[in-house]
Amino acid sequence: MTLTSSNNSTSLKKTPLNAFHKKYGARMVEFAGFEMPLQYRRGIIKEHEHTRSAAGLFDVSHMGQGFLTGNDSGAAIERLVPTSIKGMPLGGVCYTLLLNENGGIIDDLLLTHFIDSKLGSVIYMVLNAVNAQAKFSYISEKLKNLVEVNPVSDRALVALQGPMSKTVISRYFPKASELVFMQAKGMTYDGVECHVSRSGYTGEDGFEISLPANYAEYFVSSLVNEPEVELIGLGARDTLRLEAGLCLYGNDIDESTTPIESGLNWTVSERRRQSGNFPGADLILSQIEEGVTKLRVGLLPQSRVSLRTGNNLFDKEGNDIGAVTSGCYSPTLKQPVAMGYLLKKYSEVGTIVYSEVRGRRLEIEVTKLPFVNTNYYRGK
Amino acid sequence: MDERRYTRDHEWIKIEKDIAIIGITEFAQDQLGDIVFVELPEIGKFLSKGDEAAVLESVKAAAEVYCPIDGEVTEVNDGLNNDPSVVNGDPYGKGWFIKLRVTDPSSIHQLMDELTYNSFVESVT
Repeated sequence: MTLTSSNNSTSLKKTPLNAFHKKYGARMVEFAGFEMPLQYRRGIIKEHEHTRSAAGLFDVSHMGQGFLTGNDSGAAIERLVPTSIKGMPLGGVCYTLLLNENGGIIDDLLLTHFIDSKLGSVIYMVLNAVNAQAKFSYISEKLKNLVEVNPVSDRALVALQGPMSKTVISRYFPKASELVFMQAKGMTYDGVECHVSRSGYTGEDGFEISLPANYAEYFVSSLVNEPEVELIGLGARDTLRLEAGLCLYGNDIDESTTPIESGLNWTVSERRRQSGNFPGADLILSQIEEGVTKLRVGLLPQSRVSLRTGNNLFDKEGNDIGAVTSGCYSPTLKQPVAMGYLLKKYSEVGTIVYSEVRGRRLEIEVTKLPFVNTNYYRGK
Repeated sequence: MDERRYTRDHEWIKIEKDIAIIGITEFAQDQLGDIVFVELPEIGKFLSKGDEAAVLESVKAAAEVYCPIDGEVTEVNDGLNNDPSVVNGDPYGKGWFIKLRVTDPSSIHQLMDELTYNSFVESVT
């Protein structure tokens, strides 16, 4: 068989936890220009199951962190996204999409409104690792004279995800359990200022903690010794998010897909629909009104053969009707799962479509997303 | 003649009389990670050296196992249908894929012995 050989890691960027991962037996791979842990010794399936049943610890420091500062930065960023950001409550976290003029998705990102001890009222941004600096520059260029964009390079970002994450995180940040899904707050541990958010990308209850880079290893070394916690690599991060029906930027969404085609209609807020003042609004509003020609769907292969990114999808007669954008084995369902785009008329749940893998025709059922119910904590 | 021989593609082969058993190495299973499905050829199929002898699916990707020798498939490891993870747990034992009746058992000597394979693995890691 052909195995991909280990990368020459010298040219890759490293997160503040690089040495820590190696110490814990990680298999390191290249991802978005970073050397990142694919998995640790127990492997993807055990890491996945651990996150669903206990608490998984992820290094996501490769993601781009930054601050928007300036008067009314919420109103300013609305020029680039379709979501209501202006007037977002303090501590509110919002998932949104950076759109191009055609309504295509430049990136998906999290925005948080909070008060920084030095900067005052700011919007804290987390965007994808791929081309993060270029995207910060893009935002900066588009919003010049309105706000200042300050990418942050001296902070780590870690995620603790799973049903036991609240119990564990409360030992470090007693007030973290007061947060509900998509809320954040500045908190200190051992006198160090951290930014704690109840969010994540696994479908589970969980937290994301932004903290000074030089403090990261000390913090995770303590966390990983908690009995409920195991380290989780990018491999399981991908299977967890796919089961939860969440999009991977670059695979499931990109500049050729709009929020409506990707089923992320809820990111287009009611107020913004009324005013129509966001990039690509003409197309996006007409897609809301008149429908789309292609749509993101869940795909359930009816055999044990997995679909993979790029597999084409066909109707019974063999006509091209779409393609797979993400596919893997689901450790929870113990069968293959996938997501992809289909022409609208084939996108109804229960429709049977086909693909071809290794010369054989596969039957695939269009299914609802997520594959595994999400477990977010939305309060009592 | 019961010692294993190895390919540069990380398959192992062992021959008893004219029957070869084929699997993948400890190094290969470790690199692939959790195996979740194994696709095996039909019994009676003739495979030439370099043909696809099996396809392994891990959580994230599929990988082909190449046949290291010419021969006819006489048996496939049906146990892998129920539990493909034995490829990870016991790659040189219960994790075998196929048995072949080989036409030229002596051609196995063109393949690497254990010492040579181990130093080959060291050179690629």
